[in-house]
Amino acid sequence: MKKRSKIARKEYGNKQAYVFLGPYLILFIIFIVVPIAIAIGLSFTNFNTLEKPNFVGFMNYITLLTKDEIFMQYVLPNTVTYALIVGPGGYALSFLLAWALAQLSPAPRTILALILYSPSITAGVAMTSLWKILFSGDQTGYINAWLINAGILTEPIRWLTDVRFLLPIIILIGLWSSMGVGFLAILAGILNSDESLYEAAAIDGVKNRFQEMIYITIPTMKPQMLFAAVMTIVGAFQNGAIGVQLAGANPTPGYAGQLIVNHIEDYGFIRYEMGYAAAVSVVLLGIVYLFSTVSKRLFQSE
Amino acid sequence: MARYKGSRINPKKFERGQIKIILMVLPLALFMLFPIIFIFCHAFKPMDELFAYPPRFFVSRPSLDNFENLFRTARTSGIPLSRYVFNTVLVTVLVVLGSVVLSTMAGFALSKLRFKGKFAIMELNNAALMFVPIAVMIPRYLTINTLGITNTYLAHILPLISMPVCLFLIKQFIDQVPDALIEAAYIDGASDFRVYRKIILPLIRPAIATGALLAFQQVWGDLQSSTYYISNDGLRTLAFYMSTLTSATSSNTIAGQGMAAAASLIMFIPNLILFIILQRNVMNTMAHSGIK
Repeated sequence: MKKRSKIARKEYGNKQAYVFLGPYLILFIIFIVVPIAIAIGLSFTNFNTLEKPNFVGFMNYITLLTKDEIFMQYVLPNTVTYALIVGPGGYALSFLLAWALAQLSPAPRTILALILYSPSITAGVAMTSLWKILFSGDQTGYINAWLINAGILTEPIRWLTDVRFLLPIIILIGLWSSMGVGFLAILAGILNSDESLYEAAAIDGVKNRFQEMIYITIPTMKPQMLFAAVMTIVGAFQNGAIGVQLAGANPTPGYAGQLIVNHIEDYGFIRYEMGYAAAVSVVLLGIVYLFSTVSKRLFQSE
Repeated sequence: MARYKGSRINPKKFERGQIKIILMVLPLALFMLFPIIFIFCHAFKPMDELFAYPPRFFVSRPSLDNFENLFRTARTSGIPLSRYVFNTVLVTVLVVLGSVVLSTMAGFALSKLRFKGKFAIMELNNAALMFVPIAVMIPRYLTINTLGITNTYLAHILPLISMPVCLFLIKQFIDQVPDALIEAAYIDGASDFRVYRKIILPLIRPAIATGALLAFQQVWGDLQSSTYYISNDGLRTLAFYMSTLTSATSSNTIAGQGMAAAASLIMFIPNLILFIILQRNVMNTMAHSGIK
């Protein structure tokens, strides 16, 4: 036990540690842990923000599962479609692009990485106004004008209010902005992987880049892959509010672009049914948690 | 038969083999870049080009009309633009400083100090990486209300300071600092605080830069606090003002579109510049971003 260093002995039960940790922990509890706890608590109540919440048991969840037709018919399918494409899709894209970029020399790599990363930092304002202009519904809208010019369309399409196109556009924008922190983590992970492993693998008979990716790159950077997966999933849901901004209304026309986030806003801040909205929030947190757990199963290095 | 030598990760020089990779990535990169170029062009288009038919992507006679309109509109509304700028700068600086100071302190404790509950706290923070603030906006509102800080700067600042991602990345980075170094300092009689200030902080500059960047990105474009926790216009931020501009004028007002593009550009540029300056640090930090 001599090896257990001074540093360890000195600091076991260290009161100072709590001084260092305290400020962060207090804010963390107040603004992250407590709101989640409140959300879970409120989800079992009826609460209209004016009167005291009254306990209704699992009523909100039962309503959500059995009576909320909008949720079942539009919101859930939309969210699942969106999440399945933008989550794993964005992630696969991040990985492939990072992998490709890692094989370039520093200058082009930096430039391309910057280009790919920049959409994810054009938060909020920039995104909406810009995509709104591009997908504007009359013939002066850019996408319409180009498609008409190219002879693909004869009449302008009202992209943002047409129930057929709103969700695909939201997904497109989700993918566009999915190269966030996760992408950078993967890129850094690949760049820092041990080169001798690759040489050894080549000697052991790895024949091409694809095999190399499967047998070396991915196993050696599982921890980064997991971090990236979690960040990509969270990022995808973070951007979920874009549909309402694009269409300019909540609910979106025909509920075509309605995602869980919009449903929460609809019930919470428009109809003031906070208890119900809280139940929907808990479901959303559950979905994010589910996705992250699946990625953990895939990437946990044990 | 030439044997496969293994692809060269992180090559130092340009080689012919890289061209085909660039050609494969380029179309996607263009797709990513395209809306951003569009915002640049659109912001500088004079009125007749904004609504030209057929629409043109690139600007041919750049002008500053949109920016002038933007400032003029701001002047005629009750609150001067400078007020929004002041609010945003104040809030941004405090959030970035706050989250960096608190995350580095907590990161130091979690990485190098031993105390009860350490692993539970780290696990909790890792779980909170999955936290989607937008999902709990209502409970957050209730919390802020209970604390009585609605309509104060604190409502902008406090909810954003503790960032699980920030702490996570900084803690992982501190893990790389050799224990021997810290031990030596303790033997020389340094206090925990001295070790934190004199050894940890200087060694983890890249992680600090990354944390600052992520905090900045989070607070700079934040609409949630201005929308839900603040009802006094004089305390709202630039991002909020810009968003009212785009939503109120987006549909048909002719001047709106150009102004919206100009506003978007103003909100985007600081993010981009900061990332360009800090990208080396960011990559350095991300290399240690694994969750085990």
